[in-house]
Amino acid sequence: MSNNRIRGLSSVRLHALQTYAFLARNWHLTRRYWGWEVVWFFYSLTSGLSVVFIAQGAEALTGQAVGFDVQYLTMYLIIGTLVWRYLSAIFILTSEVIAWERWEGTIEYTLMAPVRRWVHLVGQTAYSLTYGLISTLLIGVAMALFFELDLSSANLIGAGAVILAGSLSLVGIGILASILPLLYPERGAQMTNVVEASFLLISGVYYPISVLPDWMETIAQISPVTYVLDGARAAILDGAPLADMHQYIVPLLALGIVTLPLGLRAFIAAENYAKRAGKLKRVG
Amino acid sequence: MLAKRPLDPQQALVVDVITKYFHLPKPPLWKRLLGAKETLPAPGMLPTVKNGAKEPVAAVDHVSFTVARGEIFGVLGPNGSGKSTLIRLISTLLKADKGSAKVFGIDIAEDEMGVKQLISRVSVDAAFFKKLSPMENLLYGARLYGVTGPQATVRAYEIMGRLGLKRSTYAEPMEEMSRGMQQKVAIARAFLTSPILLLLDEPTTGLDPRSKRDVRAFIEELRDSHDATILITTHDMEEADVICDRVAVIHNGKLVATGTPEELKRSISNSGKLPTLEDVFIHLTGEQLIDVDGAKVPLSG
Repeated sequence: MSNNRIRGLSSVRLHALQTYAFLARNWHLTRRYWGWEVVWFFYSLTSGLSVVFIAQGAEALTGQAVGFDVQYLTMYLIIGTLVWRYLSAIFILTSEVIAWERWEGTIEYTLMAPVRRWVHLVGQTAYSLTYGLISTLLIGVAMALFFELDLSSANLIGAGAVILAGSLSLVGIGILASILPLLYPERGAQMTNVVEASFLLISGVYYPISVLPDWMETIAQISPVTYVLDGARAAILDGAPLADMHQYIVPLLALGIVTLPLGLRAFIAAENYAKRAGKLKRVG
Repeated sequence: MLAKRPLDPQQALVVDVITKYFHLPKPPLWKRLLGAKETLPAPGMLPTVKNGAKEPVAAVDHVSFTVARGEIFGVLGPNGSGKSTLIRLISTLLKADKGSAKVFGIDIAEDEMGVKQLISRVSVDAAFFKKLSPMENLLYGARLYGVTGPQATVRAYEIMGRLGLKRSTYAEPMEEMSRGMQQKVAIARAFLTSPILLLLDEPTTGLDPRSKRDVRAFIEELRDSHDATILITTHDMEEADVICDRVAVIHNGKLVATGTPEELKRSISNSGKLPTLEDVFIHLTGEQLIDVDGAKVPLSG
């Protein structure tokens, strides 16, 4: 039997079928855990609204007329909330490719199936992107019921291009982070949450990175989330043309080109290590 | 009792001095970064450790055997003897420190993907997404092995029907099923992907007698109708005696005997009465079996 043909399927059809297996499985899991999905949606919406209401309450907070454009700050925070919601969903779902299997007790079954690891990761990533996009759109629609969104001068295509480029980077970093639960069965999943929280702190989700201490600002300048947020805000708030987006898109694509193959290689190396050390068990 | 068949001379599985150590002392990190690996001990020798480190152990210790095509080969041994580690080595879930294993001539270390296409494993605890239904789990597994959804759906209905699973349970979460039912779904999953080498790691442990009998029947059917070779680990000596063409006894990671159940029984018989396989097991491993009430099981031979 050839490595690339199982049951007479061409390698393209086989890989497409296997990718679909992961997509369908994850969709079924989301459906079966619908109660938690409602909780996550409510939590994300309320925490986003809580942040944006800070802009609305600036005058009440200080007791004097504010010297800035409240609508601008509202949009600034909404963009931060939605972009972060999307990117963090991609990062977490991609990085939990192994953690899910450990939680469910299926890691041995999935990893001994005749599936190329890149196909496995493409399946998980495709789901991450789809889930991130749909859940973020739903939260965006819900937030629009609370605030007036002025998109009259927004360059939505430019914002979309930056977000798309940023998605690649986050997938690459997510795959790199996903090796933690391979290497550290007990603590790996917790470590990925620490990485996610660090991105939230340093990447200027709710404030410009210039307010950070110098050392944090330096780190922020290599965070892809920073570039996505800056680019999205430039396109939506300032209406920056697509031609000006290259300053955000090029670094993001470069990071994606580096982190995607690096992540795959690191994942395969970590899997081999786990097989030598006996860490591919249901539990640690 | 399952019908014993003449063995096919083709070798389905060749395990050659395969060895797996755990907790060997590691070189310093800087040396490992430069590619240094653990020093493997000589056979029968394990290094001593200091500072409360875990004792090195040879979980599988220079084990060799062959399994003929179409054979049901049992691996017997007490808890912690290395049976599951051996299955995990053949399943590609562990990498051996020494030796090799070939599945229908394909070396596990050299062509892991080629071997994965030929094998399936049913473990002691059915590995499923517990919130998903049997059908959702079966479709997931089938697609990973290149069986399309429509093909898998038709076969899954047929197989689950034969296994006695009620239609009302097909769409219910697996977590609502008994362990016996879950294990039947695990067997059904193996059927769906038609492996030619099936690795069964204590598939009937914890099942009621009826479920055990059903699982045994399916093992026989899988061998006969799908031309599968089966490697099974079990604690159940009666089960091994009934279904296995040959058995190997493993103890402290080492293979201590191989042969047909009859050959092994005769090998320890010193009276006119043929002992049971359980007696053989106790004789070879020095381990007394404990019955369900915690009492030692008396020898019969």
